[in-house]
Amino acid sequence: MNRAWLVVPGLVLLLVVFAYPVGSLLLRSFSDPVWGLQNFRAIIEQPVYFKALANTVVISGSVTLICLFAGYPLAYSMAQATGRLKRLLIFAVLIPFWSSILVRTFAWLVILQQRGLINRSMINLGIIDTPITMVHNRIGVLVGMVHILLPFMVLPLYAVMSRIDRTYSSAAASLGAPPVKNFIRVYLPMSWPGAINGIVLVFVMGLGYFITPALLGGAGDAMIAQLIEAEVSDLGRWGVAGALALVLLFGVAVTFALLFRVGNVAARK
Amino acid sequence: MTLSNMNTQAWWRGLRIAITILLVIFLVAPMVIVVLISFSSAQFLTFPPPGFSLQWYRKLFSDPAWFDSLVASVEIVIPTGILATVIGTAAALGLARSDIPGKKIVTGLLMAPIVVPVIVIAAAIYGVFRIWNLNGTLSGFIIAHTVLTLPYVVSTVLASLQMVDERYEQAALTLGASPWIVFYRIVFPLILPGILSGLLFAMVISFDELVVSLFIGSPTFRPVTVQMWADVMGAVDPAIAAVGTLLFLFSLFVLVAEAVMRRAGIGSPLTGQS
Repeated sequence: MNRAWLVVPGLVLLLVVFAYPVGSLLLRSFSDPVWGLQNFRAIIEQPVYFKALANTVVISGSVTLICLFAGYPLAYSMAQATGRLKRLLIFAVLIPFWSSILVRTFAWLVILQQRGLINRSMINLGIIDTPITMVHNRIGVLVGMVHILLPFMVLPLYAVMSRIDRTYSSAAASLGAPPVKNFIRVYLPMSWPGAINGIVLVFVMGLGYFITPALLGGAGDAMIAQLIEAEVSDLGRWGVAGALALVLLFGVAVTFALLFRVGNVAARK
Repeated sequence: MTLSNMNTQAWWRGLRIAITILLVIFLVAPMVIVVLISFSSAQFLTFPPPGFSLQWYRKLFSDPAWFDSLVASVEIVIPTGILATVIGTAAALGLARSDIPGKKIVTGLLMAPIVVPVIVIAAAIYGVFRIWNLNGTLSGFIIAHTVLTLPYVVSTVLASLQMVDERYEQAALTLGASPWIVFYRIVFPLILPGILSGLLFAMVISFDELVVSLFIGSPTFRPVTVQMWADVMGAVDPAIAAVGTLLFLFSLFVLVAEAVMRRAGIGSPLTGQS
């Protein structure tokens, strides 16, 4: 029985309203306003674009690192916990997963702003005299993005850690391995596939971020996505927007390609 | 195990527990604050709120800007959910039970909207919608949101199809049932939990979608997320916290419904139908 025709509606929809629009946007990077490589030259030569490209990689990379170092112990605690505590931890990780990015960004504005929750409590407690600026700068972007992307690090880590057989670590300990060495030589390598998945997910998602840097970042923290938006809606320069989109997609593709390479190496070991 | 080993172990364990507690607070605090602010009696944004009131929920339903955008969201979400579920379920059935040439490419294309950064999709769709005159229209929103939510339906239905033994279908066909009867009486009841969770995912994602909506919306027709965006960019008022709380309750409801369905769906493959 052949039911291949059932794919047709979805396929047509995706071809017409996804592949064709994205394809023509990317094509415009070479053809708009005239054929040539002028849009790519503009990206490289004009500091505003180059700065945004650098920002994108640096911010995404920092968010990934913070998520890794914060998420690893959290995932470990989730894997160790049992019963009600385990459910509570899973729930805490899933809550942000299930609430609107926009609403959470708004919450961070309330918490971090000049007269926000943190600044006022610290002034009341006498820890600081003048409020610290934590929004409309890099701190705000990092806090907001880590909050949104942390679950994407924790969940793959947890999935791998909950399947790790603890008898290996016990065996290493009974053979005299000190705790730190035991962890680094036994547990860490076994949990590494989860970390790789988390790293790639967080980094790739971070590359295309738009809402959080736009609301919590300052003028100096603009990322590629914000430039694409500005080129299209404010300036109508489709060629440059297409070129930026192509660079962004290229970054995503390279990250995935690296994942498969690292993943294959890990699998062969 | 030596004493110093036990000390290092206790030290690391303490550090890990401290990090875990801080992260749980970090993860949960923003939503708690949003819910509290939404019941604030203050006229402007302040935390902690001085008193309890429902004024911001009242504002959502009395202020035309908020109310119209809520209505627009509902008008978009329901057809999107149905369309994505029907098209996505069909596609999953077509992919799971046939050998079409280029199956990997077709699956890849159907999943691509998850992988491609949403800003790229948004700019691209806005570009073609300008030519097709679909920006700022309900049909434009439904079409665009169906594209964005389709992958979630395809993947949940594919996952539940993988748990259905194909031999049930072959047995029914051998016994003379028509393909439609096989689907309706055997496959559909078995994959129903997957279809329903696909529908719920699609609706939540459509309801929460901002970036594409920002591009294809117009001042006269925009969903509630775009209204929230405009609000955050301008004079922030606690009405956004009230929408946020409603959105959150909706997602929470979906999460619970999904868990209940999954519990009902798993087990013996034939207990799903009653």
